[in-house]
Amino acid sequence: MASVTSGVTDTAKPKKVLFYRHSVAVRITHWLNVLCLSFLLMSGLQIFNAHPNLYWGQYGADALPDPSFISIGAVEDGNTIKGVTRIGSLSVNTTGVLGASTEDGELSPRAFPAWITIPSYQDLATGRRWHFFFAWFFVINGLVYLLYGLIGRHFRRDIVPTKDQLTPGHLAQEIADHARLKFPKGEKARHYNSLQKLTYMAVIFIILPLMVLTGLTMSPGFNAIFPWLLDVFGGRQSARTIHFITASLIVIFVIVHIVMVLVSGVWNNLRSMITGYYALKFEPKNEVSK
Amino acid sequence: MSFDLTRRRFLIGSSVAATGLLTGCDAMVQSTTVNDILQKAESLSMGAQRLLMSQQTLAREFSEADLSPVFKANGTSQPDSEDYARMTENNFADWKLVVNGMVKTPLNLSLADLKAMPSRTQITRHDCVEGWSAIGKWTGVPLGLVLEKAGLAPGARYAVFHCADDLEPSLDGSGRYYESIDLVDAWHPQTILAYSMNGKDLEVAHGAPLRLRVERQLGYKHAKYVMGIELVDSFKNLAGGKGGFWEDRGYEWYAGI
Repeated sequence: MASVTSGVTDTAKPKKVLFYRHSVAVRITHWLNVLCLSFLLMSGLQIFNAHPNLYWGQYGADALPDPSFISIGAVEDGNTIKGVTRIGSLSVNTTGVLGASTEDGELSPRAFPAWITIPSYQDLATGRRWHFFFAWFFVINGLVYLLYGLIGRHFRRDIVPTKDQLTPGHLAQEIADHARLKFPKGEKARHYNSLQKLTYMAVIFIILPLMVLTGLTMSPGFNAIFPWLLDVFGGRQSARTIHFITASLIVIFVIVHIVMVLVSGVWNNLRSMITGYYALKFEPKNEVSK
Repeated sequence: MSFDLTRRRFLIGSSVAATGLLTGCDAMVQSTTVNDILQKAESLSMGAQRLLMSQQTLAREFSEADLSPVFKANGTSQPDSEDYARMTENNFADWKLVVNGMVKTPLNLSLADLKAMPSRTQITRHDCVEGWSAIGKWTGVPLGLVLEKAGLAPGARYAVFHCADDLEPSLDGSGRYYESIDLVDAWHPQTILAYSMNGKDLEVAHGAPLRLRVERQLGYKHAKYVMGIELVDSFKNLAGGKGGFWEDRGYEWYAGI
C-alpha cells in the first residue's frame, strides 16, 4: 500500500488518487480462495448430508444412546414429510430449506437443499472427491499467501493493527461509524480500519487454520500421524462439530464481507482486488496537499 | 462397511441427472476430464499420509471406559445366502478361511486354527465414511502372521478380502462385498482378522465369523464376513477392477482420509 500514482481531476470534483492497494500475490490468492471456499462449502454440505448429526467427544453415531446435539432430519407428517432442525432440545420446523426440501419437484428428506450441494443429488463419493481436491488446493494457496504475508511484510504493513488503532476511544469511534455505515474517506481510507484488521486476522490466523486442523482430525490416517489433534479438539466427533461451526462462521464472515464491499464503494473495491488500484477520494475544500 | 440407505436415493439421483435435468455443477461433476483431475488429490492424500507415517505408526487405542455403549452395525447386518445360514447354525464349526492367490502355501484355516494363533486385542475407533464413529474392542490374529504362514509369492502386492455378503443383490455376483489393502497396511501391527468384539464372539451384524480391522482407514475397508484372502498383483480381474465394493462405486481405494 505504499506506491502512489496520482490521477488528478479538475478542482470542481473531489480529487481522486489511485494507489496500489493489493499486490498481485494478494489478488491471485484471494480469488483462488473464493473458488476453493465455494466448492469446499458445497461439497462439505454434500458430505454433511450423509450423516446430518453432530456430536461431542470421541465417538457418536445415530445409535442410541449417543446424543447428537445438532441434527437436521425429516419426520413423517401425515402423508408428507417435514424438515426438523434440532439444536440441543430446541426443535424448529425448517421444511423447504433444512431437513426436507424440493429435489426434482418432490419434497425429499435431505439436510441441506439440492441447490447448495455439489452434486445436487445425494452422492457422498463425489462430494468427497471434490472436497479433498479443493482442500489441497486451499491449503497450498493458503500456504503461498501466508509465506507472502510474512516475507512480503503484507501482514505487518496491512493486517496487524497499529497501536493507536487499538485504543478504546478509537475502537469505540470505529464501532459507532460502522454501525452508521460511515466509512473513512481520503487519507484515512488508505489503510484498513482496526475492525477490518482484527476481523481479517481472526479469519487468516484462527478460523481458516481451525478449518484445516479440524478437517485433518476427522481423517483416521492423520489421527495416527498427529494423535495430539484428538486431544486438542476433544475427539473426532468434536472436531467434526467444530469443523461445521467454523464453516458457518466463514459463511457469516463472507456475507458481512460482501455487504461491506457493496456499501463502501463496490466498483472501487472490486477494481482494487482485480487490478490492484484503489481510489482515495479527497474533498477539494479539505485538501491539504494543494 | 459403513453405509446408509442413501444408496437408493443416489441411484435415483444419478438416473434423474442422466436424463438431462442437469444443473451446471452436475454437468461438471459428471465430466470424466474433471473427475480425472479431481482424483489426483487422492494420490496426494495417500502420498502425504504414507510419507508422514511409518509402518509402526499406530492408530489411537482407547480404554474400556471409552467404548461406545452401542456399536452401530452398518452395511450388511445379515448375509442372506443359504450357505451363510448353514454356517451360522453350527456356529461356524465347518467354516474355513481360504488363503490363496500369490502365496507359496495356500491355507485353509478353521476358526479354532485362528484362535490358536497369537492374538492382539485393541480398543479402537471405527470411522464411517458418512461421518459417524464408534469405539469397540477387537481381538483377532494379526494379518501379518497369517500371511507369514502362507508365504507371499514374488510380485504379490495386495491382499483381497472376499466376503459372504451381497450388499447389492445381483445375479452375477457383482454385488458381492470385497475389499483390498496393500502390503503396508497388511503388515501393520493393528491390522487384524478379528473374531471377537467387546469380549464376545463376533456377532453376525458385525461380520461373524471374521472381519478385517485396518485401523488407519475408514470403515468400508474393514470387510465383514471374510471368507477368503487372495493375494494379487492387481485388481483387474476383480469385479469392477477398483479393488473394492465401494471403490467400484466411486469411493477412494485409499480411505485414510
